[in-house]
Amino acid sequence: MYKILKKEMLSDNIVLMDVLAPRVAGSCLPGQFVIVKCDEKGERIPLTICDYDREKGTITIVFQTIGASTKLFATYEEGDSFMDFVGPLGRASELCSLSDEELKKKKIIFMAGGVGTAPVYPQAKYLHERGVECDVIIGARNASLIILAEQMKKVANVYITTDDGTLGRHGNVNDCLKYLISEEGKTYDLAVAIGPLIMMKFAALLTKELNIPTVVSMNPIMVDGTGMCGACRIMVGGEVKFACVDGPEFDGHLVDFDGAMMRQRLYKTEEGRAVLREKEGSTHHGGCGNCGE
Amino acid sequence: MIVEDKLKRVPVREQEPAVRAKNFDEVCLGYNLEEAMAEATRCLKCKNPQCQTGCPVGIDIPGFVKEVEAGNIKGAYDVISRYSALPAICGRVCPQETQCEAKCIRGIKGDAVSIGKLERFTADWARENGVKPQGATEKKGQKVAVIGSGPSGLTCAGELAKMGYDVTIFEALHEAGGVLVYGIPEFRLPKDTVVKAEIENVKSLGVKIETNVITGKSVTIDELMKNEGYDAVFIGSGAGLPKFMGIPGEQANGVFSANEFLTRNNLMKAFRDDYDTPIFKGKKVAVVGGGNVAMDAARTALRLGAETYIVYRRSEAELPARAEEVHHAKEEGIIFKLLCNPTEILTDENGWVCGIKCVEMELGEPDASGRRRPVVKAGSDFTIDVDTVIMALGTSPNPLITSTTEGLESNSHKCIVADEKTGQTSREGVFAGGDAVTGAATVILAMQAGKQSAAAIDEYLKTKRA
Ligand SMILES: Cc1cc2nc3c(=O)[nH]c(=O)nc-3n(C[C@H](O)[C@H](O)[C@H](O)COP(=O)(O)OP(=O)(O)OC[C@H]3O[C@@H](n4cnc5c(N)ncnc54)[C@H](O)[C@@H]3O)c2cc1C
Ligand code: FES
Repeated sequence: MYKILKKEMLSDNIVLMDVLAPRVAGSCLPGQFVIVKCDEKGERIPLTICDYDREKGTITIVFQTIGASTKLFATYEEGDSFMDFVGPLGRASELCSLSDEELKKKKIIFMAGGVGTAPVYPQAKYLHERGVECDVIIGARNASLIILAEQMKKVANVYITTDDGTLGRHGNVNDCLKYLISEEGKTYDLAVAIGPLIMMKFAALLTKELNIPTVVSMNPIMVDGTGMCGACRIMVGGEVKFACVDGPEFDGHLVDFDGAMMRQRLYKTEEGRAVLREKEGSTHHGGCGNCGE
Repeated sequence: MIVEDKLKRVPVREQEPAVRAKNFDEVCLGYNLEEAMAEATRCLKCKNPQCQTGCPVGIDIPGFVKEVEAGNIKGAYDVISRYSALPAICGRVCPQETQCEAKCIRGIKGDAVSIGKLERFTADWARENGVKPQGATEKKGQKVAVIGSGPSGLTCAGELAKMGYDVTIFEALHEAGGVLVYGIPEFRLPKDTVVKAEIENVKSLGVKIETNVITGKSVTIDELMKNEGYDAVFIGSGAGLPKFMGIPGEQANGVFSANEFLTRNNLMKAFRDDYDTPIFKGKKVAVVGGGNVAMDAARTALRLGAETYIVYRRSEAELPARAEEVHHAKEEGIIFKLLCNPTEILTDENGWVCGIKCVEMELGEPDASGRRRPVVKAGSDFTIDVDTVIMALGTSPNPLITSTTEGLESNSHKCIVADEKTGQTSREGVFAGGDAVTGAATVILAMQAGKQSAAAIDEYLKTKRA
């Protein structure tokens, strides 16, 4: 059992939790993720590691309550325990394989969309601890969905942008990147974009134009998270990759986003869900992540 | 009960095909005491029992069959459990027809003795009557880590615990059992009654099991040995990485690896309404492959309500699945498209599977494996309308451990290189066996490897103690 030591609501439907998991906390690195299963009959849900404390043995997770399982997670309180919490899964961010010297030479821009801010935080923090400065754009639809801004400001130069202009700049993360480059004269030699697929797709298109090498973090459907089922497969540069073991980070200029979106459309659109309800029959319990049945 | 015709085996009771095609209960119901004792009388008690040489773990088969014949089932269980930690499982999933029963002298003229069914009966009786295997009497004081809780890991752990070692199994998934829980379906191998009970038996020998630990990620082998005080390690991590064909359309919605399909149903229990796991219940399903995995996926899809095809590129004689599974699959109404190979998965405008395009094959000259190589019949394209395709093309070992353990050698198939008799790897104190070494094989071969490695680890630790 993995005890929840802290719970905090970051917005109406975004939850932060510190969970006691010493083995995971002892070995994880930025970019990796965990799989959480709340009770015997629950699903295995992948969540990015947002922070970790090796001494206390805790892992911080942040999730949005979208489907049946994450809604159930959100009902857990401090002192309750998850039944299963496994990790760290996936490969660490490539930044972790560079020396401090190499890192200091890099000019890095992070583009974080919505809950994607959570996986960006440990990377920015990792850089900060090594004396490396970086810029972080946090974007969301509106002010209430901007999360972790205060923590992020302690470790990076933060630029906030909202689609409706209720906080920070008006516009999306791409608009903000263009602004930083054209108006503030910034140059970058690495971009890391993490957020919804559609946001990563367009971020990668822009950085391609701008000639900035770009890393994205993919989060397809997963079951085991250990390379055993192939549910998480995506096409990268014409090859099949398993996001759980080969990723979750990939070269954003090589990922087949349209293919990934087609697979995800199953879970995220009304028609997709209707098809799922039909195909899954009585086994459909809100697994589409939206209907909350 | 008297056996009239000694050439014929006592038939085993099974669920009717039409009934079982709609449920997940076990197909084979097994012998009762009377039937088992009658079947046991068919054993010829050979002086030089060939059956025993056909068993990878060398069970004293005439020894236990004799006890069954006398009605002393506890005695029979004591004989078996000296050799095997998982008899209720082996009795159900071993390919007996190519092992013990293939060597049975009774089988030369008539049916071989139903050794598998007798083993199953004995183990089931022991479980129902609370008989446990014997544990160690004295402790050796050395610690062994076992990676993976499939048949090889469970066997190795059980053997070492019986010798008095302090053994901990580290398992990546949330439940112990490996393929026994995530791969093989309930209707062949009941999870709660059979698998869990045999795992409990292994635990009752003193083995500890830590789930949710991914070796190579949560902790490395070097850390286990250096920081956590393990004197030896056995790697039984299996071959879980599924293969795909690389044909167009494989990324479509509705294409699954058999592992995903089976994991959702078996480990995550999608077939039960009280679990949260969703699964595709296709209306028409094509399963590509001819092994046990393909049969299990097809029979699972059928039970979920689909019209189901097996698409296999060689002929019936080459089907690698257990004979009983092929027979059961046919009885249940699975449609076999043999000598038939997929070339493309067809999709509709929304990216959903709507068919599978195949070509017919014929058998040509034998290839390196000795099996006749299938070659394409020109102009024989045809399409099967399906909405779901399940790929059961085999699996390879996951590189997680080899890539994080320095000096641990693997071969071009990503299999760990280990000595055939001892499981010794290129690293001192590290042993390996089962599918992780051989690539996807069988439960009993994995158990054999676990058992041999346990003996080798005992030797190794003896010299370390001295
Ligand atoms: C690597 C990774 C990291 C992530 N990190 C975060 C994070 O830090 N914070 C966050 O908020 N979110 C994160 N996510 C997203 C998070 O996992 C989803 O938001 C969450 O799963 C949605 O919640 P739900 O049950 O409530 O899930 P669902 O939307 O139900 O999740 C998808 C489930 O659908 C299933 N499914 C349903 N039907 C089918 C079918 N027919 N075939 C196959 N699969 C089906 C899968 O089994 C899967 O479990 C991450 C995802 C991944 C993969
Ligand atoms: S989640 Fe199963 S292989 Fe990646």
